[in-house]
Amino acid sequence: MLEVRDLSVSFGAVQALRSVSFDAEPGAVTAVLGANGAGKTTLLRTISGLVKPREGLVRFDGDPLLGRSVETIARLGVSHVPEGRGVIEELTVEENLRLATLWCLRKQQRRAAIAETLELFPRLESFLKRPASTLSGGERQMLVLGRALISRPRLLLLDEPSLGLAPMVTAQLMALIREQTEGRDITVVLVEQNARSALSVSHHAVILNLGQVVVSDDAATVAGDDALRRHYLGF
Amino acid sequence: MSLFLDYTLNGIANGMVYATLALALVLIYRATKIINFAQGAAGMLTTFIAFSLLSRGLGYWWAFVLVLVIGFAIGAATERILIRPLHGRSELNPVIVTIGLLVVFEGLAGAIYGNASRGFPAAFSQSGLKVGHTTIAFSHFDVFILIAVLALMASTLVLFRYTALGLRMRATAFSREIARLLGVRVGVLLTLGWGLAGIAGSLAGLLVAPTSAFGPYYMDLILVYGFTAAVIGGLESPVGALVGGLISGLCISYVGGYLGSGLEPLGALALLMVALMARPEGIFARPPARRV
Amino acid sequence: MDPATIARSVRLPRQPLLRHLPVALAAAAILYVVTLRLSSYDVYQVGEIAAYIVALVGLSLLTGANGQISLGHGAFMAVGAYTMGLLMNHTQTNFILELAAAAGVAAAAGLVIGLPATRLKGPYLAGMTLLFALAVPSIADKWPATFGGDQGLTTTVPTAPGSLSAEEWLAQIQIVVALIVMVLVANLLWSRYGRAFRAVRDDEIAASLTGIHVARTKVTAFAISAGCAGLGGALLGLSTGVVNTGEFPLTLSIQLLAAMVLGGTGTLIGMVWGGILLVYMPQWSTSLSSDFNLGNGANAYLATIIFGVVLIVAMIAAPNGIQGGLRWLWGHRPHLGKGGHGAPAPVTAPTVD
Repeated sequence: MLEVRDLSVSFGAVQALRSVSFDAEPGAVTAVLGANGAGKTTLLRTISGLVKPREGLVRFDGDPLLGRSVETIARLGVSHVPEGRGVIEELTVEENLRLATLWCLRKQQRRAAIAETLELFPRLESFLKRPASTLSGGERQMLVLGRALISRPRLLLLDEPSLGLAPMVTAQLMALIREQTEGRDITVVLVEQNARSALSVSHHAVILNLGQVVVSDDAATVAGDDALRRHYLGF
Repeated sequence: MSLFLDYTLNGIANGMVYATLALALVLIYRATKIINFAQGAAGMLTTFIAFSLLSRGLGYWWAFVLVLVIGFAIGAATERILIRPLHGRSELNPVIVTIGLLVVFEGLAGAIYGNASRGFPAAFSQSGLKVGHTTIAFSHFDVFILIAVLALMASTLVLFRYTALGLRMRATAFSREIARLLGVRVGVLLTLGWGLAGIAGSLAGLLVAPTSAFGPYYMDLILVYGFTAAVIGGLESPVGALVGGLISGLCISYVGGYLGSGLEPLGALALLMVALMARPEGIFARPPARRV
Repeated sequence: MDPATIARSVRLPRQPLLRHLPVALAAAAILYVVTLRLSSYDVYQVGEIAAYIVALVGLSLLTGANGQISLGHGAFMAVGAYTMGLLMNHTQTNFILELAAAAGVAAAAGLVIGLPATRLKGPYLAGMTLLFALAVPSIADKWPATFGGDQGLTTTVPTAPGSLSAEEWLAQIQIVVALIVMVLVANLLWSRYGRAFRAVRDDEIAASLTGIHVARTKVTAFAISAGCAGLGGALLGLSTGVVNTGEFPLTLSIQLLAAMVLGGTGTLIGMVWGGILLVYMPQWSTSLSSDFNLGNGANAYLATIIFGVVLIVAMIAAPNGIQGGLRWLWGHRPHLGKGGHGAPAPVTAPTVD
């Protein structure tokens, strides 16, 4: 389980996060929603170690994360799929996947893990030896998701996976996220602008506004509250 | 015609050395976007160490290997101690640090070994090989240069393409942040990259020493010729280092041969200026990343 | 007190020229008295410092104000020195014209290098100027008949008037030239040209959007900077009495860079510190090496090593140099920034206005 307490982050004079607190349960998807600039991306980047906060606490399964290097946090089982997807274009699809296995799997196991990922995302098979730059937006999303899952993470941080994707692809993506999460020992934090689809697969929802948590409740409740939805999520 | 052949062979041999130094620059630039201006001087310093060892009776090949290892150590130490603390600041600070280091290395060599020119022994005969009845301007030593540099290039390529370590190093060079998010220990790899560059620099120093006025400044021109080669090939491409090295070697040799010896630095300057005006990203440039 | 505070307290006029001139004249008067009282060796050294200051001011303009790095300023000094040497040995040109020619030819060389430099970023520019620094001496070596070979060309100082000794006269010439150059460059940096330099340094795209011709600005900065270096080289040639390639090795270019950084990149007063360092560092290191009994060979190289070490340490610990440190002590923000937070050139974190 992920515990975030009183997290505050500033960039110079700009305060991106103010005393953010929430929990994310394992086996569930926690959606983090809000308008542009609300601090959602900063939140994920702070958890994965890319950003150092001014104050606050982040614990995963009791392990404090703050102050550790990005690589160390990743090796604790935290997979962060950043904004913009983070495909390494110059490497092939296979190399992108293999890269994620280097710290946790031995040589023989790596091949098996890649095969497993290809079963999940059959589209990628034909691109395996091609540079990742040749993939479309949806294919890239599959690649980074596969890359994130291949190391069997305990905490999965997804930053706007639906960005730039067609609605149908988005729906498939969300369904896949739900399927990979349910009943497994993985905590998922899903940052999304597309609040509607995010709410449809989440169990819990946190809404950020100007760096502060304004709502933290069941996803169903948030989805059902018309006034709330209209005010913060625009639909 | 035979003059042309002489200059060409000479250019190839020299070009291989420039390629070695270019490879060192490329390895470092790819990973850290820094040009290590001290690379030539570091090679010079390690070659002086080799000279000391040889004077004390150590076998040539023992000294050779030992000095490559020392080159690795110096490169790694430089990154860890001098360059790492500067991460995140302006991109020019580490460059100026390497310039300071260049001067320190040259000063150290001069202070310890003095200014008198020495001869550095060559591992192989430096007289021209015989092809049929003619002697060509390519000696046993030049063949050694060719083999040594090609071996270095080949090992580098194998390392990058086929090993897990190489994959990590490439990932670090292409996208440091993503590599970190995937658990890659980027710091160690950067140090390693500088260490490998140090090996290449030491090799260049050893290959040039027998044919030069072996003093503290003998690698200065080799450094800038290597820089020219790296620019021509593309500062992020190891293959480019080889191609750029050959092109520079040939051009500089022709300039020295046809226009007069002593004009090589000017020729190199003209070559560099043309390359920077025409195609600053080099022949084997990485296409700019598209973000989706 | 620093000059700005003095100026404010004395209520000097606002225009740069009217503000800088009195300061320069006061400095000239003080230095005149000083040169008459010092021993001839000390006077000689003060003159050398002045010569280096001229070159350093040019470098500071190029790197501090305009953000372009040069590892080749020693070579520009050589160009100026050799120009003056050739004119002195082969023609009967007026002395002032010889100095002007030294600056002019060096500026022309700066133009030639400055043109491709407009397209280059820091490290590439450093590499090209490094090659330039190595290539220029090779020209003199190639044609020893014209350029005097290893011996080089001799220089002659114009005869001293009245009772002044030769050293005093030369030092005064060098000091006057240095003060003139400092005033001119200071005015330039306060003028709209200076603003254009800094705008280009801070953000080329933004600068071009405000109508500044970026390439022209960069080339101009390079040419002026090279001209200063050439003038400084000529003055230095007068001090040493001879102009040869041994006086202008690659290490000189790097020491100029080190002196500029240590003095305070982008400042003008800081270049005085830089000049002092360049002239006195070899002396200090010589006495240091004899303290440690390091032998004669080490002397020459110890100064270089120290410059290198100090450059490294300065980059890591104190990129703003002495002048930057002093300004920090006085509570001022870094020089030459009307909102400019100094740069691609080494400066620490941006200050908030």
